[in-house]
Amino acid sequence: METVSVDQAIKLGLTSSEFEKIKELIGREPNFTELGIFSAMWNEHCSYKSSRVWLSQLPTKNKYVIQGPGENAGVIDIGGEDVAIFKIESHNHPSYIEPYQGAATGVGGILRDVFTMGARPVANLNSIRFGRPEHAKTKYLLNGVVSGIAGYGNCMGIPTVGGEVEFDECYDGNILVNAMNIGIAKKDKVFLSIASGIGNPVIYVGSKTGRDGIHGASMASQEFDDNSEAKKPTVQVGDPFAEKLLLEACLELMKTDTIVSIQDMGAAGLTSSSVEMASKGKLGIEIDLNKVPCREENMQPFELMLSESQERMLIVLKEGKEKEAEKIFKKWDLDFSVIGKMTDSKNLVLHFKDEIVCDIPITSLADEAPKYNRKWESTPLPQEIDMDQKLKDLDIKTCLKQLLSHENQANKTWVWEQYDHMVMGDTIQKPGGDAAVVRVHGTNKALAASVDCTPRYCLAHPFTGGMQAVCETYRNLSAVGAEPRAITNCLNFGNPEKKEIMGQFVDVIKGIKEACTELDYPVISGNVSLYNETNGVGIKPTPTIGGVGLIQDVNNTMTYGLKSSDSLLIVVGETKGHIHQSALCHDILYLKKGPPPTMNLQEEKKNSFFIRDLIEKKLTQSVHDVSDGGIALAIAEMCMAGTIGAKISTNLTGPERIKYLFGEDQARYIIEIKKEDLNNLVQMAKEQEISMTQLGSTNLEQFAIDEIKISVDEMIKLNNNWFYNYNSN
Amino acid sequence: MKASVIVFPGSNCDRDVQVALQKFQIDTTMVWHQETSLPKSDLVVLPGGFSYGDYLRCGSMASKSKVMNEVIKHAKDGGYVFGICNGFQILTETGLLPGALLRNSKLKFICKNVFIKTTNNQTAFTKKIPENKILSIPIAHNEGNYFASKEEIQSLKEYNQIVFQYCDEEGNISGESNPNGSFLNIAGISNQTKNVLGMMPHPERSIDQLLGGVDGQGIFQSLL
Repeated sequence: METVSVDQAIKLGLTSSEFEKIKELIGREPNFTELGIFSAMWNEHCSYKSSRVWLSQLPTKNKYVIQGPGENAGVIDIGGEDVAIFKIESHNHPSYIEPYQGAATGVGGILRDVFTMGARPVANLNSIRFGRPEHAKTKYLLNGVVSGIAGYGNCMGIPTVGGEVEFDECYDGNILVNAMNIGIAKKDKVFLSIASGIGNPVIYVGSKTGRDGIHGASMASQEFDDNSEAKKPTVQVGDPFAEKLLLEACLELMKTDTIVSIQDMGAAGLTSSSVEMASKGKLGIEIDLNKVPCREENMQPFELMLSESQERMLIVLKEGKEKEAEKIFKKWDLDFSVIGKMTDSKNLVLHFKDEIVCDIPITSLADEAPKYNRKWESTPLPQEIDMDQKLKDLDIKTCLKQLLSHENQANKTWVWEQYDHMVMGDTIQKPGGDAAVVRVHGTNKALAASVDCTPRYCLAHPFTGGMQAVCETYRNLSAVGAEPRAITNCLNFGNPEKKEIMGQFVDVIKGIKEACTELDYPVISGNVSLYNETNGVGIKPTPTIGGVGLIQDVNNTMTYGLKSSDSLLIVVGETKGHIHQSALCHDILYLKKGPPPTMNLQEEKKNSFFIRDLIEKKLTQSVHDVSDGGIALAIAEMCMAGTIGAKISTNLTGPERIKYLFGEDQARYIIEIKKEDLNNLVQMAKEQEISMTQLGSTNLEQFAIDEIKISVDEMIKLNNNWFYNYNSN
Repeated sequence: MKASVIVFPGSNCDRDVQVALQKFQIDTTMVWHQETSLPKSDLVVLPGGFSYGDYLRCGSMASKSKVMNEVIKHAKDGGYVFGICNGFQILTETGLLPGALLRNSKLKFICKNVFIKTTNNQTAFTKKIPENKILSIPIAHNEGNYFASKEEIQSLKEYNQIVFQYCDEEGNISGESNPNGSFLNIAGISNQTKNVLGMMPHPERSIDQLLGGVDGQGIFQSLL
């Protein structure tokens, strides 16, 4: 076998010390194929080498969790025989280089993670973040990403029911595309990736292997520079029709008694899928690369092992079940090939032509992968600054109008109307609400889901920001009447080799940990995306959280549009007027200093229980969580959604009034209630020690704050136009 | 009433339409695209989705599939055939319905509730819907922009084949109420003998108040 040099290792993204470690582990020089396999398994994307130390601290259990992190996706109990299987994953780097295919294959990848485990995917969500609207590439990236998500999800016939879209200059050179999927399976039909049974056949199913996506995972583990465009060939090309066939074929196969374990070929393709299955089963695996279905000629072992061609699965079958399985894949016109078997050698052995081209211990690729305890530096809590001078002369109506027409608060219909959000016939709350609500098919219960993060809070104080992202999903789920059960996270950060970036990561993890523990709302799956940097400038820390909750009775879900012009408006939770890091300060006034709002996890919990109780007792007409833009924007949104006005009084003036209206204190909800229920509610709040303030009432066509008035129609116009205007010129 | 729902490998509204048909007590069988015969059926439904991926012109491959020979025979013998969304595209590709569905005028996929006017209630699919009744039904397509030649349009009008037209809440058929650029705001048409209907909106998505409306049920009730 020809040997390789340290330079080749470095070109593949390994360090010289990692190269030394490889030699030590296998007791010789690796050949080129083996080196490629090490580089694929040891890159950041696959090995989590910078993050593993910290990820292990996250809470991963509560009474609902059936499967936590470590599998293709996490699993929670949702009552009866049903489980929900979900995960969120990033596809940031490819989407920046080729937005349509990058986003499309991001959706494809997460779908496979979920149906690999035996679930039928029922809901897609996403979190997408772009640079400044005026940046030269933003419009192209936005259009490409949205079309890519639409193109894949719509063809698969899985509704895209929710998500978030944000613009910020920190994403100019590194957009974020985080895709989440939720599937539903039966409790006794969950499939794992732990291989077992020496001699069991390993089969390859799905699309053929081409040269696309080679080094995709390594690319996602590096910073960008001015030549990033040249990385286009590392982006995979999606074929949603092939994935639809693969989905149906796999679900059909799962009804038979043939599967030992199953794993999708995602990042690092055949390499990571075969190694992961063997590693989890503490076995060896032998693959005959001559049997891998190819779509291009003369593919070499290195290419076959590193290709990230999409829509492929690796399955370990029970011995003798090959014919039964093959019949199903043939029915769906998919490739099916027995390419190898599980062995007791504990090695990854690859045959090609008549040679053995790779023979390395599985443990050296997986368990022995480098693990770095990188240097980190915590971000201290910033001091409050006196903003009164800047706030005192602000015109409230102007502030509200500016927020309503700002790209980050604008109505996102332009985006989600491109997604089929109704297919499968169970979407009860479509995109645009606090959380999406999807009925569990054929039952009377529903899942609620929400994806959230507030990166400006995370930058100012990562620990608080991490907590807040978790709490925001918790609140959004509560606002539609769901009991929050678990989360999945997608941790997007800059270069972890910088101690301040690593510090952001560590602080955010600590924040997530604290919130998840206190709220009994564990992390069951997730992914880490580091090196979101271009020319040395990193993104704001962006830990996207996807929360999932259960609604026991579909008839008991709540929406946020006002229902009547004769109700009362109440804010649940304490309003202190924390204006630092608010959407008003950050996006409108460009005052970006100061601490994010303080988190009080006890309040979060208490207020959520209170809100859910009110919804269940049918004491609310509408509920909306208070987030960006504070009370003022929350009520404006309720007015617009219901085309009904509101009238509130503050009894304040000057900066105090601005802070009261636009401050972003946490753990708050606005509720609309019938007048006759007020006394009852006051009594309940008192008993449960809930802070509750009556703000005012609903109104005909105007939103009135003290003496300031704006028509609901005008607000709708301001709020609806941004995306249409932006994309029409 | 017995119905067969044709399932192409890329169909994705097959289950939705099955749920809808069964809700109206229509005895429904799912039929795989490689079948060479149909079970005894009064109605054949071509559901929405992406039949064979639709990387080629939408519905063109499906129109040549094995099962479609049987569907065409069924239609020519006077049996009911109902194509929804991709099903409508397939019907135009087979020639059972005239015209073609082009890409939406704004070149984007559109999924939203629209209003359509029932301009012909003299078909088996619309007979229980009052004439000119305005229905709110979702669309979800990228290629729903109906186009036909002058002669074909003339003939559609002459034989009263235009069944649904996009309109606004008040029933005005105008440019503003046209979501995809369809000629004459056409949302659905029948053949001359009125036993074949193709429409882009999805009535099967509008049969449950919890999901936002029940305006689609008139079509299923008409078929009973």
